[in-house]
Amino acid sequence: MPSLVFSDVWAQFDTLLSGLLQTVWISAVAIVLGVVIGVLCAVARSARSRLLRVLAAGYVEGMRNTPFIVQLFLVFFGLPGLGIQITAIQAGLIALTLNLGAYSAEIIRAGIEATHRSQIEAGAALGLRRRDILLHVVLLPALERVWPALSSQFVLTMLASSILSQISVEELSSAGALIDSRTYRSMEVYIILAGFYLGLTMLFRLSFDLAGRFLFPRRRAVAVRR
Amino acid sequence: MIRSFGPAEFTFLVEAARWTVLLSLLAFIGGGVIGMVVALMRVSRNAMLRNIAAGWISVVQGTPVLIVLFLVFYGLPFLGLRFPPLVAAALGMTVYASAFLGDIWRGCIEAVPRQQWEAASSLALKPAQRMIYVVLPQAVRLAVPPTVGFMVQIVKNTSVASIIGFVELTRAGTLMNNVTFQPFWVFGSVALLYFAMCWPLSVMSQRLERRLHAGRRS
Amino acid sequence: MPVVVAEDVRKSFGSLTVLDGVSLSVSEGELIAVIGRSGSGKSTFLRCLNGLETPDSGQIIVAGHALAPGEEALRALRQDVGMVFQSYNLFPHLTVGKNIELAPRLVKKIGKAEAADIARSVLAEVGLAEKYDAFPEQLSGGQQQRVAIARSLAMRPKVMLFDEVTSALDPELTGEVLKVMEGLSRSGMTMLLVTHEMAFARKAASRVVYFHQGRIHEQGPPEEFFGAPKTPELQQFLGAVL
Repeated sequence: MPSLVFSDVWAQFDTLLSGLLQTVWISAVAIVLGVVIGVLCAVARSARSRLLRVLAAGYVEGMRNTPFIVQLFLVFFGLPGLGIQITAIQAGLIALTLNLGAYSAEIIRAGIEATHRSQIEAGAALGLRRRDILLHVVLLPALERVWPALSSQFVLTMLASSILSQISVEELSSAGALIDSRTYRSMEVYIILAGFYLGLTMLFRLSFDLAGRFLFPRRRAVAVRR
Repeated sequence: MIRSFGPAEFTFLVEAARWTVLLSLLAFIGGGVIGMVVALMRVSRNAMLRNIAAGWISVVQGTPVLIVLFLVFYGLPFLGLRFPPLVAAALGMTVYASAFLGDIWRGCIEAVPRQQWEAASSLALKPAQRMIYVVLPQAVRLAVPPTVGFMVQIVKNTSVASIIGFVELTRAGTLMNNVTFQPFWVFGSVALLYFAMCWPLSVMSQRLERRLHAGRRS
Repeated sequence: MPVVVAEDVRKSFGSLTVLDGVSLSVSEGELIAVIGRSGSGKSTFLRCLNGLETPDSGQIIVAGHALAPGEEALRALRQDVGMVFQSYNLFPHLTVGKNIELAPRLVKKIGKAEAADIARSVLAEVGLAEKYDAFPEQLSGGQQQRVAIARSLAMRPKVMLFDEVTSALDPELTGEVLKVMEGLSRSGMTMLLVTHEMAFARKAASRVVYFHQGRIHEQGPPEEFFGAPKTPELQQFLGAVL
């Protein structure tokens, strides 16, 4: 069995690092935008307008039942075909955001559906406006409830961003492929990539846990009590 | 020469979709077998087995499917093993599926109430008998909806095998796009075919889930 | 020769001492009613007797088996000790008959036909012969608990432990379960039960044991125990529950 030689790959650490930063940056933007879409969509699915409900459901089901790579190709190759010029990064961001939007919509919707009727009635009894009830009584508690599930989905989005290498966005996996082509050390490259992604996964989990404590005071209180 | 995207081209995609189905089945079977072992190790009383399974789950779940496939694709020849792309892809997908199914099934096994384990122990059943005759039959019932749901993920993630050169539906789409230059039609059709495979599974999973909850409440 | 011997049994969960030196000896055919507040350690003690909990120290011998670490020793002990739980714990995926036959077949390697005979006879003993093919969820709570008793009986235990077996039942269903237990006791079974049913303890028990703060605080035959409690703690407890 041949032995592993990592030194050639480590020599290209700068390439890996810039890919890593690109992955973090793209993931962060997609996560923020994706959650916004997810919230809007989750609310739309319980809207009074039937058209709105059907549109939202169609988007969510469509995204959840097709592979991300095909969605990415549709955006990257398809939009220019319709006369819309976009860069690879833009295409990647659009696809990642739309993908996460659908998944987070479904997660947030489950959180909304778990809201007890009596909570809404209590809000109404206090004379809150419909909009305030939606935000303070339904939406924020729902987000708090599903935060762990959302966090897992965010990690999956970060991992899915590796597919962006297929339209030559220069993120972590592309950096790996580039180093592979320079050094012919495939095995070493992909072991290191796996390690980097594992590190990112842990880093993301930790950040979302901290962000959850910051965003939802009760989470903080409960965590401290433990 | 540029071809236009017509019925013949669509048929080509449908035929390629058969490879997606085959790869999904192989991944499900392989992932199911290893996933079962992972789940049982994860709930074992032996701390070392538990830790190995936990490590396997978090490493595979924390790595992109793409990288898992690359590791298997380059790893096998590295170990001196040569396989055709279908087998390499199936092995890679097996690794991926085993971690997720192992984790899902561990949850189902642990969801069987503690009292059931205790009742079986009190009847002097051996740990293996307790697992086979008391815990697993109840865990299987809980496991069916999420397992069907995960099959959707398997089908979708077989698309990543296109990157290591296995010609399934997505790869066929890429090839077709290169000769027709009609990406919207080509990848739209590809997406439609995936949807046709995945959506029924999604719906089935949701229905089973609802029925399970209804049954439990009564 | 006592059937159950416990000597200076101690058990803590973290910093919480649950059993603080419990000693008890039970003769063949006795029915011991164990009473006390929740958290007094009575259930934990019962669970120690068949190894569901492991004591930190002390000695336990049940039906001739010393409680010792190790899977084999534990299983030998459990073959002779029946346990009935508060929440019945029938196996929901098996019929009543299969619930009862499972352990005789797997543990004692008894043949299918013979196991079925045993199942039918223990079911008749608890008055549910016609429920052989029913699934647990088709039965009332009281019936499920009687099946659970039958399931234990099928192993022909030398001792039976009952852990608050009527606490989860509606009041009108406790009678049928208690009647089965009384019949069992009359047939000579050695029984320990943790219970809140004072009337039953008074009527059926040969001895009543009061647990307080992880110890046996007072014990005696029912007439004496209920009629003339000696310690202020027991007087106070009986004053609160009777």
